[in-house]
Amino acid sequence: MSALALDPYLLIAIVLMGCATYATRLSGYLLLRNARIEGRLKAALDAVPPAILTAVIAPAVLMQGWPERIAGAITLAVALLRAPFLVTIGAGVVSVVVLRHLIM
Amino acid sequence: MMRDVLRGLREVWPMLMAYAPIAALWGAVAAGQGFSPLESVLVSAVVYSGAAQFVAVDLVKAGTPLSLLVFTIATVGLRHVLMSASVSRHIAHFPKLKASILMFWLTDEAWALLERRALTERLTPAYFVGAAVPLWVTWGSFTAVGAVVGNRLGDGAAIGLDFAFAALFIAVLAGFWKGSRTGAILLTSALVACVAKLFIPGAWYILAGGVAGMAVAVMIAEREKAT
Repeated sequence: MSALALDPYLLIAIVLMGCATYATRLSGYLLLRNARIEGRLKAALDAVPPAILTAVIAPAVLMQGWPERIAGAITLAVALLRAPFLVTIGAGVVSVVVLRHLIM
Repeated sequence: MMRDVLRGLREVWPMLMAYAPIAALWGAVAAGQGFSPLESVLVSAVVYSGAAQFVAVDLVKAGTPLSLLVFTIATVGLRHVLMSASVSRHIAHFPKLKASILMFWLTDEAWALLERRALTERLTPAYFVGAAVPLWVTWGSFTAVGAVVGNRLGDGAAIGLDFAFAALFIAVLAGFWKGSRTGAILLTSALVACVAKLFIPGAWYILAGGVAGMAVAVMIAEREKAT
């Protein structure tokens, strides 16, 4: 099969799927761009970053095992000490590697 | 302007390393399912969502009807509606067309970086480009690598790269700490996300945990207003 083979059905599927993901990424902006944001809506939107950030990582950090739980706690501690951004990510990555070797 | 692009790039580069093995894995998986390299790179460039692409490759292979395919991909991306809504407040001063185009690159990781930057500074389109577009370029190029040579990069987990995403999110999260109110939101989101992950297949746990945390935030705000 050629490296440049392109199935027409798949091309249509790719374009439609691309529209679907782009629509999800664009919709919030278009809906709220001109909205007056106050009261409940403001409280809800203010909570999006902490709530979604937590929901994305909670299973990966809390439900895999002790290396990830401890590394998560170390990362959080380093972050709360206001360490530079890259140091925080480095601390997380290094500690999870070390802990996986130690605990597994 | 170039300075802001570079600042974005400087913050995003660890994530580029974390994206590469996943993109290569996806390219290899797609090749295994009969996708040509061109097809797999097009999917990465156009659909541009890891979660959606791994779901899509199985569905396409199974001959799923297009309507169901599109519906499924949209549900996988629903969390982006919330991310987009949240970040919209920080890019309201961008020209509408420019902002609309930039939203194409709003992945989880780009969004996290934008929210973090917006805590301390006014966002610029140049920073958005610098933080978001390199992820896309990496994603597409390493898809090609994986599709052509197979998944030779090995398992990123061996050097902790899988944890880079969690570490990024924790690093950003720490900036949003505003006392016990935030604690209540975090606990609720974490608990609901974990329970949802156990019982609901797919990516619904993100939406479930996120919406639960938002609901708690609204309840707290209402109670504080009442007293």
